Amino acid sequence: MYDILIVGGGPAGLSAAVAAQSRGKRCLVISNPWERNPLSKAPQIHNYLGMPGVTGREMMEQFQRHALDLGAELRVGRVLSAMALDGVFYLTVGSQVYEGRKLILAAGVQRGQKYPGEERLVGRGVSYCATCDGMLYRKRPVAVIGRAKDAPLEANYLQQIGCQVTYVSPTEPVGMDPRIPRVRANRLEILGEGSVTGLLADGAIIPCEGVFILRETVAPNDLFPDLAVEEGYLRVNRQMETNLPGVYAAGDCTGKPLQISKAVGEGLIAGEAAAEALEAQ
Amino acid sequence: MSNLIHFSKAGFEKALENGGVVVVDFWATWCGPCKMIAPAIEKLADEYAGKAVVGKIDVDQEEDLAREFGIMSIPCVVILKDGAEYSRLVGARPYSSFAQALDEALS
Repeated sequence: MYDILIVGGGPAGLSAAVAAQSRGKRCLVISNPWERNPLSKAPQIHNYLGMPGVTGREMMEQFQRHALDLGAELRVGRVLSAMALDGVFYLTVGSQVYEGRKLILAAGVQRGQKYPGEERLVGRGVSYCATCDGMLYRKRPVAVIGRAKDAPLEANYLQQIGCQVTYVSPTEPVGMDPRIPRVRANRLEILGEGSVTGLLADGAIIPCEGVFILRETVAPNDLFPDLAVEEGYLRVNRQMETNLPGVYAAGDCTGKPLQISKAVGEGLIAGEAAAEALEAQ
Repeated sequence: MSNLIHFSKAGFEKALENGGVVVVDFWATWCGPCKMIAPAIEKLADEYAGKAVVGKIDVDQEEDLAREFGIMSIPCVVILKDGAEYSRLVGARPYSSFAQALDEALS
């Protein structure tokens, strides 16, 4: 059991970890590989106090080292589902479950909307987890919508366990089994009444019984449907508390400006506030 | 002692024959979200002891039942009333969702 689970390993999440670890709290940061953080690709950053001209990569490396040196633990992976029960938060990454007493959401902003048919057919052929549901589709045709860097690996897994996979993405997948057919498409719609019957991809129908949608991050609202949102961002107070007890948010997910200094500041407040709340318990 | 039952096919069919409200959580050992909601299902079994029978079915052990129920995504919690499906909840959800669905079936 961790004191604090932190979703997101960018400036906000790492700042929260530094703040909480400094107060003796045990933190787990769950994040995509830092190379995938858009910040790490910035050639130069000019508006971070005292570090003009630093590269995004240098900055991310230093941020991460700082958090790790203070004892924060890092788990690379995607948080797929979350639950709160009797004062404990549970998060799943792949087939693993992590437990913590407080939760800080700092996973940035999600780009891209849901596909037509997606919400209606969740659990009726639409899945977000190849390792969870793949076995239920053995010997059956499935489509993988690849919107994450590691989506080709999940497609490989589905192929290995015996699913008939078609991979659908706007860009060339890297690391995918060459036997998996790939369709280049951008406009997608999931078809089916009671359950999935196909995927409409740029006007052409791919018949399938399952559609695996693999995105870089799961939106906080999909993790906790009761989280309050205002104009697309999580609603927080000055202590970075969301409307759900024990759940804090920091960084881009709380709103503009989408800037590093603001994320670091909010992460600090969230980390401190969560640590304080733990001490008061 | 937990009130949660690990159903075999025969045990599950017996529970349905007995009538009343039966809650069954379709899960698998390799499914993270299934493991995550396990404490919520345990709590359901304890809180509703005497009112509803709450159990789990491993989809790998009981493939026939999983197929019969058209399980396409797990975790999948099916609530049955007097032997017939009353409602189902797919995916990880908070305890309150399960409790609310069960309250409806019991009312």
